[in-house]
Amino acid sequence: MSRPVSRIANTFARLASEKRKALIPFVTAGDPSPMITVPLMHAMVDAGADIIELGVPFSDPMADGPVIQRSSERALKFGVGLNDVLAYVGEFRKTNQMTPVVLMGYANPIERMGMKVFAERASTAGVDGVLVVDYPPEESLGLLETMDAAGIDVIYLLSPTSSPERIKLVSAAARGYIYYVSLKGVSGAANIDTSDVELMIAKIKAQTKLPVGVGFGIRDGDTARRISRFADAVVIGSRIIQEMETATPDTAVEKVRELLADIRKKMDS
Amino acid sequence: MQMQAENYNFPDAKGHFGPYGGVFVAETLQAALLALTIEYEKAKADPAFAAEIQYELKHYVGRPSPIYHAKRLSEELGGAQIYLKREDLNHTGAHKVNNTVGQAMLARRMGKRRVIAETGAGQHGVATATVAARYGMECVVYMGSEDIRRQAQNVYRMKLLGATVVPVESGSRTLKDALNEAMRDWVTNVETTFYIIGTVAGPHPYPMMVRDFNSVVGKECLTQMPEMIGRQPDAVLACVGGGSNAMGIFYDYIPDRNVRLIGVEAGGDGVATGRHAASLTAGSPGILHGNRTYLIQDANGQIIDTHSVSAGLDYPGVGPEHAWLKDTKRAEYVAINDDEALAAFHRLCRTEGIIPALESSHAVAEAMKIAPGMARDKVLLVNLSGRGDKDMATVAERSQTVSGVPQ
Repeated sequence: MSRPVSRIANTFARLASEKRKALIPFVTAGDPSPMITVPLMHAMVDAGADIIELGVPFSDPMADGPVIQRSSERALKFGVGLNDVLAYVGEFRKTNQMTPVVLMGYANPIERMGMKVFAERASTAGVDGVLVVDYPPEESLGLLETMDAAGIDVIYLLSPTSSPERIKLVSAAARGYIYYVSLKGVSGAANIDTSDVELMIAKIKAQTKLPVGVGFGIRDGDTARRISRFADAVVIGSRIIQEMETATPDTAVEKVRELLADIRKKMDS
Repeated sequence: MQMQAENYNFPDAKGHFGPYGGVFVAETLQAALLALTIEYEKAKADPAFAAEIQYELKHYVGRPSPIYHAKRLSEELGGAQIYLKREDLNHTGAHKVNNTVGQAMLARRMGKRRVIAETGAGQHGVATATVAARYGMECVVYMGSEDIRRQAQNVYRMKLLGATVVPVESGSRTLKDALNEAMRDWVTNVETTFYIIGTVAGPHPYPMMVRDFNSVVGKECLTQMPEMIGRQPDAVLACVGGGSNAMGIFYDYIPDRNVRLIGVEAGGDGVATGRHAASLTAGSPGILHGNRTYLIQDANGQIIDTHSVSAGLDYPGVGPEHAWLKDTKRAEYVAINDDEALAAFHRLCRTEGIIPALESSHAVAEAMKIAPGMARDKVLLVNLSGRGDKDMATVAERSQTVSGVPQ
């Protein structure tokens, strides 16, 4: 493999040397309005985000709870599509060449654009990884090949229901990091049981050297701190979107900055 | 091509019909779908399972359903003879119950005491609530709030049968959103819950399983038609939303290349207006609800709101096997618009004394369209997939300009 070391790998290597864990916020591109997305990405980095997961709006987000569904619907009202999302990443990259950006979403917008076209445009824009909820490894050999060629990491999910065989399969296909879905349910559901999560992370880490992040159901700094004792990254999504829902357009970015700064502080303490 | 049809053996082990179908779902559901696939294969190989289903279909559903020669209608049209497969005479009034009986049995085998379903027009919801009552299971049905408004009578039927009907307020508040919400429930309660999908879509093994359970329709026709006319029909017609009644009647006819298979989609206000639900006629391939198939989508790959006078056809996707039958040209797909379906509805009411579901009226309309151009000894077999009692309010509202229709 002659792939260059990715921004994602660099980020985890740097964090490991600093004995810190990655904080990965998720926001939907174009929510609450398209103008906010790029400033919001910069603000999240300022507040301590190590990697940004940027949601690609989709009309039928089957694996997401009501909070992320609403964020998708708001973005779609502005007509935000995959091309726009790539443009936001390009804009962000003008002043930030350090922080990895992972696009997270569903298969159909990529299918529609065409895999090769997407890979080229994403690479040009400065995208580092893609996480497609409804492309499991069995159905995404083409995606993996195309993204590998473009130097983009394909990130896969594991869940509490993943069998040992599937952990093996997903670990073999995964690039960048593995995203462990911490509960049986949709994004933003009830609080998680960290001891169950710890057990599963140990099983996954026995199969892979890749970093393992945990998401779904992490709602505060204390949970993030507990998770970061045994996981390499903490993903927070619905909680951030809810924070913006209670804010005005003028205060949304500031509120997210405060929330993330607080979580970062607790994770590093 | 003939050999290909005779050896027709789809889907493959991973649920693919050529490039269509598959398992495009989040990791959390992978284990449940694998368990379901294994259990279904075991059940299929178990004669006791087949016997149990056969008993239920005969004594509870009322099978076999008859085939009826619509003589007056055929004479009026002056061409091919139209025969109707009377799925409207089943218990609960549609073909949907063939599938819910099968899946409920499977749920019992797997020890699941809670079943969930999505529904559009409410026919699948009613059929699920019915079998849940019959087998003493908890039942939750997801239904778009827009459909709840349109199909109040079926909502009440489900409640009478003891089901909980959950209104879905997201997206377009119709069938596709109900399916999203049912999937979310399943992800959350995957260990205790069996998801009874109502059409030949969704991730593998659903398209195969729902087809198999409905294929009793075509199997009966294979023996009934020769008994009635001494041969098989020249064409079989069925409406296609997700496509379960069509796959049910098509499946056993696939090897017989002498029989044309014609799927009739919902043309809504007309395919050219963009307000329709004809995904095979006017859509393009993509991924939705766990499978690759034809979808009605925009340039960004977002699913577009569909339109049809019949809630049961108001779906932006279609079963992956139909996508495959279209591409391989084994089946033809056409669209019938709202007005044509309504006209066929009224004509069947008055010439034959049969009130068809608006969904099935689309298939009747296509038969009425092509029959006059065919010789009198040609035979069209139409799957009359459901009865129209549920559609009274819609028909009354939409037929105010039709002469002679009571207001």
